[in-house]
Amino acid sequence: MANRQNPPRKPLERELGQPEIPRNEAPPELLRELVAHLRQNRTQLREEWLRRIAETRLLTAMTKEEIFAEATSVYDSYVEALETGTFEALQAYARNLSERIIPRGVETHEVIGIVLLLRDVLARSLFAKYQADFEKLNRILDAYEPAANRIANTVAVGFVQERERVIRQQQEAIRELSTPVLQVRERLLILPIIGVIDPQRARQLTEQLLRGIRTNRAKVVVIDITGVAAMDVTVANHLVQTVEASRLLGATVIVTGLSPEIAQTLVTIGVDLGKMNTVGDLQGGIEQAEKLLGYKVVPVSETR
Amino acid sequence: MEVPILKQGEFLIATIQAALSDADLEHLRLALVQRVVRFRSRAVIVDVTAMDVMDSFASRTLREIALMIRLRGAETVIVGIQPEVAFAMVQLGLTLEGVGTALDLEEGLAYLNQKFKTIN
Repeated sequence: MANRQNPPRKPLERELGQPEIPRNEAPPELLRELVAHLRQNRTQLREEWLRRIAETRLLTAMTKEEIFAEATSVYDSYVEALETGTFEALQAYARNLSERIIPRGVETHEVIGIVLLLRDVLARSLFAKYQADFEKLNRILDAYEPAANRIANTVAVGFVQERERVIRQQQEAIRELSTPVLQVRERLLILPIIGVIDPQRARQLTEQLLRGIRTNRAKVVVIDITGVAAMDVTVANHLVQTVEASRLLGATVIVTGLSPEIAQTLVTIGVDLGKMNTVGDLQGGIEQAEKLLGYKVVPVSETR
Repeated sequence: MEVPILKQGEFLIATIQAALSDADLEHLRLALVQRVVRFRSRAVIVDVTAMDVMDSFASRTLREIALMIRLRGAETVIVGIQPEVAFAMVQLGLTLEGVGTALDLEEGLAYLNQKFKTIN
């Protein structure tokens, strides 16, 4: 409180802040010189950059021509961002680029790698050009480095964001085609589970199943987990919970399709499956369910 | 609020119609355990359709009712647990172990009729 009201603090802050300002805002003439240099040597620097990309074996998923085309536009956007100091165009370009190359299997480290390579190539060219004048080299680098780092940052963030967007989209898609609760016979439901079960999905599954039991007045439910690759303690407990909740609604649950691996895991981690009614495969599960419901499936030939 | 207990043939039916206090639950327990022998009933159905919350006390009392009634020589079925309630219960570990359950009153009656038919 006292500090906030204390007037002498303000000038002090300004004093501290002042030396920072020229370093952050590059003198325009230096920046112009820098940009002019990069424009002049565009072909040569780009070649050098491409050579380095090939050398480090980045972007192996793309052809040489594609890399050349992308490199050219990245180079130009890079210089433009340096010149104007605005990153919106670059950001948009990075997003656009990510959209195109992510499906090709380009990895995050490759994208960040090539941008950092470009930064290094350009820095080297600056060293070469100003090696006689150390003072000037320093000032040029003062102008160059913050901008270059911000560009690298922008591209990396753009790429990661795009990647995250794709992941989110896929997660939603998976969730949507998640799990149907199907009635195969009166009072008999089937719940085929495929893929990974996380706590959120397990919860959704249970809720869906309980609603299904109520609306279909089911007495028996067959949960088929043939399509579940792995199971850990959490998931196993969710399964037990699902079974118990179904029982509270008066439905018997039969779990089918436990793979040998899952059986092994469950026994090893000691999940109590005593309450669970398990049958080897879906067919066996349905047969047992039919027996519980009092159905008997008989071939037509035997009924005559 | 008292829970009405109806005699229906060989069964007693207790329908919980609103949220119950702990004292109400204890009262219900006593009443059921007394009447099951007085009416020579073979089974008790407790309908909890109207309960949208089931706390640990209620759940434990229901389980106790079932166990006590078994000791008195009859069967208990809890019917009408709501899906949301069931989900909340298993998350709290209240699973009414050893107690019969059914979807609703009709199912409960069908379950008991089936059961006693096979015994006779």
